[in-house]
Amino acid sequence: MPDVRLPTVLRPHAQGKSTVVVPGDTVGEILRGLVEGYPGMAGQVLTEDGTLHRFVNVYVNDDDVRYLEGLDTKVAGGDTVSILPAVAGG
Amino acid sequence: MLRLPGEIHAQILAHCLAGVPEEACGLLAAEPGDDVVRRCYPTRNAAASAKLYTVDPKDYLHADRDAEAAGLEIIGVFHSHTHTDAYPSPTDVAQAPDPAWHYVVVSLRHSVPALRSYRIVGGDIHEEEVTGVDEGMTGERAG
Repeated sequence: MPDVRLPTVLRPHAQGKSTVVVPGDTVGEILRGLVEGYPGMAGQVLTEDGTLHRFVNVYVNDDDVRYLEGLDTKVAGGDTVSILPAVAGG
Repeated sequence: MLRLPGEIHAQILAHCLAGVPEEACGLLAAEPGDDVVRRCYPTRNAAASAKLYTVDPKDYLHADRDAEAAGLEIIGVFHSHTHTDAYPSPTDVAQAPDPAWHYVVVSLRHSVPALRSYRIVGGDIHEEEVTGVDEGMTGERAG
Protein backbone atom coordinates (compact mmCIF):
# COMPACT_ATOMS: atom_id res chain seq x y z
CA MET A 1 0.00 0.00 0.00
CA PRO A 2 1.30 3.48 -0.76
CA ASP A 3 2.91 5.66 1.88
CA VAL A 4 1.32 9.08 2.35
CA ARG A 5 3.68 11.82 3.60
CA LEU A 6 1.89 14.44 5.68
CA PRO A 7 2.92 18.08 6.14
CA THR A 8 3.44 19.36 9.68
CA VAL A 9 0.06 21.12 9.65
CA LEU A 10 -1.81 17.81 9.20
CA ARG A 11 0.24 15.69 11.59
CA PRO A 12 -1.72 16.66 14.73
CA HIS A 13 -4.75 15.01 13.08
CA ALA A 14 -2.79 11.75 12.66
CA GLN A 15 -1.40 11.33 16.18
CA GLY A 16 1.71 13.25 15.13
CA LYS A 17 2.73 10.77 12.44
CA SER A 18 4.68 12.12 9.44
CA THR A 19 3.81 9.13 7.22
CA VAL A 20 0.70 6.97 7.15
CA VAL A 21 -0.27 4.03 4.95
CA VAL A 22 -3.57 4.32 3.10
CA PRO A 23 -4.96 1.74 0.65
CA GLY A 24 -6.08 2.83 -2.79
CA ASP A 25 -5.26 2.63 -6.51
CA THR A 26 -5.70 6.32 -7.33
CA VAL A 27 -4.83 9.60 -5.64
CA GLY A 28 -8.53 10.28 -5.12
CA GLU A 29 -9.16 6.93 -3.40
CA ILE A 30 -6.15 7.45 -1.16
CA LEU A 31 -7.08 11.01 -0.17
CA ARG A 32 -10.70 10.03 0.52
CA GLY A 33 -9.42 7.09 2.60
CA LEU A 34 -7.06 9.42 4.44
CA VAL A 35 -9.87 11.78 5.42
CA GLU A 36 -12.08 8.84 6.45
CA GLY A 37 -9.31 7.49 8.66
CA TYR A 38 -8.39 10.92 10.07
CA PRO A 39 -11.57 13.03 10.02
CA GLY A 40 -9.71 16.04 11.45
CA MET A 41 -8.28 16.55 7.96
CA ALA A 42 -11.72 17.00 6.41
CA GLY A 43 -11.86 20.21 4.42
CA GLN A 44 -8.09 20.66 4.48
CA VAL A 45 -7.17 18.28 1.66
CA LEU A 46 -10.35 17.89 -0.38
CA THR A 47 -13.14 20.43 -0.84
CA GLU A 48 -16.79 19.67 -0.03
CA ASP A 49 -17.22 18.89 -3.74
CA GLY A 50 -14.50 16.27 -3.50
CA THR A 51 -11.95 18.18 -5.57
CA LEU A 52 -8.37 18.85 -4.50
CA HIS A 53 -8.14 21.90 -2.23
CA ARG A 54 -6.48 24.73 -4.12
CA PHE A 55 -4.00 25.50 -1.34
CA VAL A 56 -2.71 21.93 -1.33
CA ASN A 57 -0.19 20.34 -3.69
CA VAL A 58 -0.10 16.55 -4.02
CA TYR A 59 2.77 14.60 -5.50
CA VAL A 60 3.11 11.00 -6.59
CA ASN A 61 6.83 10.47 -6.07
CA ASP A 62 8.27 13.56 -7.83
CA ASP A 63 5.28 14.53 -9.97
CA ASP A 64 2.56 17.06 -9.18
CA VAL A 65 -0.77 15.28 -9.75
CA ARG A 66 -2.22 18.45 -11.31
CA TYR A 67 0.12 17.79 -14.24
CA LEU A 68 -0.81 14.10 -14.33
CA GLU A 69 -4.44 12.98 -14.12
CA GLY A 70 -5.37 14.81 -10.94
CA LEU A 71 -7.35 12.67 -8.50
CA ASP A 72 -7.54 9.91 -11.15
CA THR A 73 -3.74 9.54 -11.17
CA LYS A 74 -2.84 5.88 -10.66
CA VAL A 75 -0.75 4.97 -7.62
CA ALA A 76 1.18 1.71 -7.24
CA GLY A 77 2.15 -0.04 -4.02
CA GLY A 78 5.71 1.26 -3.85
CA ASP A 79 4.80 4.86 -4.61
CA THR A 80 4.91 7.70 -2.14
CA VAL A 81 2.13 10.27 -2.13
CA SER A 82 3.25 13.60 -0.61
CA ILE A 83 0.82 16.27 0.53
CA LEU A 84 2.23 19.78 0.95
CA PRO A 85 0.44 23.06 1.66
CA ALA A 86 0.94 25.94 -0.74
CA VAL A 87 3.23 28.38 1.10
CA ALA A 88 2.64 31.89 -0.13
CA GLY A 89 2.10 35.45 0.94
CA GLY A 90 2.93 39.01 0.06
CA MET B 1 11.23 32.01 20.42
CA LEU B 2 13.27 31.24 17.32
CA ARG B 3 16.96 30.52 17.65
CA LEU B 4 19.06 31.19 14.56
CA PRO B 5 22.71 30.17 14.30
CA GLY B 6 24.73 33.07 12.83
CA GLU B 7 25.53 31.11 9.69
CA ILE B 8 21.85 30.48 8.95
CA HIS B 9 20.95 34.09 9.74
CA ALA B 10 23.54 35.15 7.15
CA GLN B 11 22.25 32.59 4.64
CA ILE B 12 18.69 33.97 4.96
CA LEU B 13 19.82 37.57 4.46
CA ALA B 14 22.05 36.62 1.51
CA HIS B 15 19.18 34.84 -0.27
CA CYS B 16 16.84 37.79 0.34
CA LEU B 17 19.38 40.29 -0.99
CA ALA B 18 20.14 38.11 -4.02
CA GLY B 19 16.43 38.10 -4.89
CA VAL B 20 16.10 41.89 -5.25
CA PRO B 21 14.06 43.40 -6.89
CA GLU B 22 11.72 40.44 -6.36
CA GLU B 23 10.71 38.98 -3.01
CA ALA B 24 12.78 35.96 -1.99
CA CYS B 25 11.67 33.01 0.14
CA GLY B 26 12.85 29.80 1.73
CA LEU B 27 12.14 27.18 4.36
CA LEU B 28 13.62 26.49 7.78
CA ALA B 29 14.11 23.09 9.42
CA ALA B 30 14.68 22.07 13.04
CA GLU B 31 14.57 18.93 15.11
CA PRO B 32 10.95 18.06 15.93
CA GLY B 33 9.75 20.13 18.86
CA ASP B 34 12.88 22.30 18.90
CA ASP B 35 13.29 26.01 18.07
CA VAL B 36 16.94 25.97 16.91
CA VAL B 37 17.04 26.23 13.13
CA ARG B 38 19.40 23.56 11.82
CA ARG B 39 19.00 24.00 8.09
CA CYS B 40 17.90 26.74 5.75
CA TYR B 41 16.53 25.89 2.32
CA PRO B 42 16.55 28.86 -0.06
CA THR B 43 13.74 28.23 -2.56
CA ARG B 44 12.63 29.85 -5.79
CA ASN B 45 9.81 32.36 -5.64
CA ALA B 46 7.31 30.80 -8.04
CA ALA B 47 5.34 34.07 -8.04
CA ALA B 48 8.45 35.91 -9.38
CA SER B 49 7.07 39.16 -7.97
CA ALA B 50 8.21 42.18 -5.96
CA LYS B 51 4.99 42.02 -3.95
CA LEU B 52 4.13 38.33 -3.60
CA TYR B 53 5.89 35.09 -2.94
CA THR B 54 5.04 31.45 -3.44
CA VAL B 55 7.54 28.86 -2.28
CA ASP B 56 8.23 26.80 -5.39
CA PRO B 57 6.27 23.59 -4.62
CA LYS B 58 8.94 21.28 -6.00
CA ASP B 59 11.63 23.02 -3.96
CA TYR B 60 9.40 22.49 -0.92
CA LEU B 61 9.06 18.79 -1.77
CA HIS B 62 12.83 18.38 -2.03
CA ALA B 63 13.45 20.40 1.17
CA ASP B 64 10.88 18.31 3.02
CA ARG B 65 12.56 15.08 1.91
CA ASP B 66 16.03 16.33 2.80
CA ALA B 67 14.84 17.46 6.23
CA GLU B 68 13.11 14.13 6.87
CA ALA B 69 16.25 12.20 5.92
CA ALA B 70 18.25 14.31 8.39
CA GLY B 71 15.76 13.73 11.21
CA LEU B 72 14.47 17.30 10.92
CA GLU B 73 11.15 18.84 9.97
CA ILE B 74 10.13 22.07 8.27
CA ILE B 75 9.21 24.48 11.05
CA GLY B 76 8.84 27.73 9.20
CA VAL B 77 9.28 29.94 6.19
CA PHE B 78 11.12 33.18 5.54
CA HIS B 79 10.48 35.79 2.89
CA SER B 80 11.56 39.33 2.13
CA HIS B 81 9.68 42.58 1.96
CA THR B 82 11.65 44.73 -0.44
CA HIS B 83 9.97 48.07 0.37
CA THR B 84 7.98 47.59 3.56
CA ASP B 85 8.73 46.77 7.18
CA ALA B 86 9.39 43.31 8.61
CA TYR B 87 5.77 42.76 9.62
CA PRO B 88 3.34 40.21 8.10
CA SER B 89 1.11 41.69 5.41
CA PRO B 90 -2.62 40.88 5.26
CA THR B 91 -1.78 38.43 2.45
CA ASP B 92 0.79 36.73 4.68
CA VAL B 93 -1.78 36.29 7.44
CA ALA B 94 -4.53 35.07 5.11
CA GLN B 95 -2.28 32.41 3.60
CA ALA B 96 -0.40 31.26 6.70
CA PRO B 97 -1.08 27.51 6.72
CA ASP B 98 0.35 26.34 9.99
CA PRO B 99 -0.15 27.79 13.50
CA ALA B 100 2.93 25.88 14.68
CA TRP B 101 5.24 27.47 12.09
CA HIS B 102 7.60 30.39 12.51
CA TYR B 103 7.01 33.12 9.93
CA VAL B 104 10.24 35.06 9.40
CA VAL B 105 10.03 38.34 7.52
CA VAL B 106 13.13 40.20 6.32
CA SER B 107 12.74 43.86 5.47
CA LEU B 108 15.11 45.29 2.88
CA ARG B 109 13.53 48.72 3.16
CA HIS B 110 16.56 50.26 4.87
CA SER B 111 20.27 49.82 4.17
CA VAL B 112 20.59 47.30 7.02
CA PRO B 113 18.20 44.32 6.60
CA ALA B 114 15.82 43.74 9.52
CA LEU B 115 14.80 40.18 10.42
CA ARG B 116 11.82 39.43 12.67
CA SER B 117 9.79 36.33 13.40
CA TYR B 118 6.09 35.76 14.08
CA ARG B 119 3.56 33.11 14.94
CA ILE B 120 0.27 33.45 13.08
CA VAL B 121 -2.60 31.68 14.83
CA GLY B 122 -6.19 32.03 13.70
CA GLY B 123 -5.42 35.30 11.92
CA ASP B 124 -3.67 36.82 14.96
CA ILE B 125 -0.05 37.91 14.67
CA HIS B 126 2.31 37.36 17.60
CA GLU B 127 5.89 38.54 17.30
CA GLU B 128 8.45 36.24 18.91
CA GLU B 129 12.00 36.77 20.07
CA VAL B 130 14.83 35.82 17.69
CA THR B 131 18.11 34.96 19.34
CA GLY B 132 21.46 33.61 18.24
CA VAL B 133 22.92 30.27 19.22
CA ASP B 134 26.24 29.56 20.96
CA GLU B 135 28.91 28.69 18.41
CA GLY B 136 29.20 25.09 19.62
CA MET B 137 25.55 24.48 18.71
CA THR B 138 25.51 25.73 15.15
CA GLY B 139 23.91 23.41 12.63
CA GLU B 140 25.32 22.18 9.37
CA ARG B 141 24.83 24.09 6.20
CA ALA B 142 22.22 22.63 3.87
CA GLY B 143 23.69 20.68 0.96
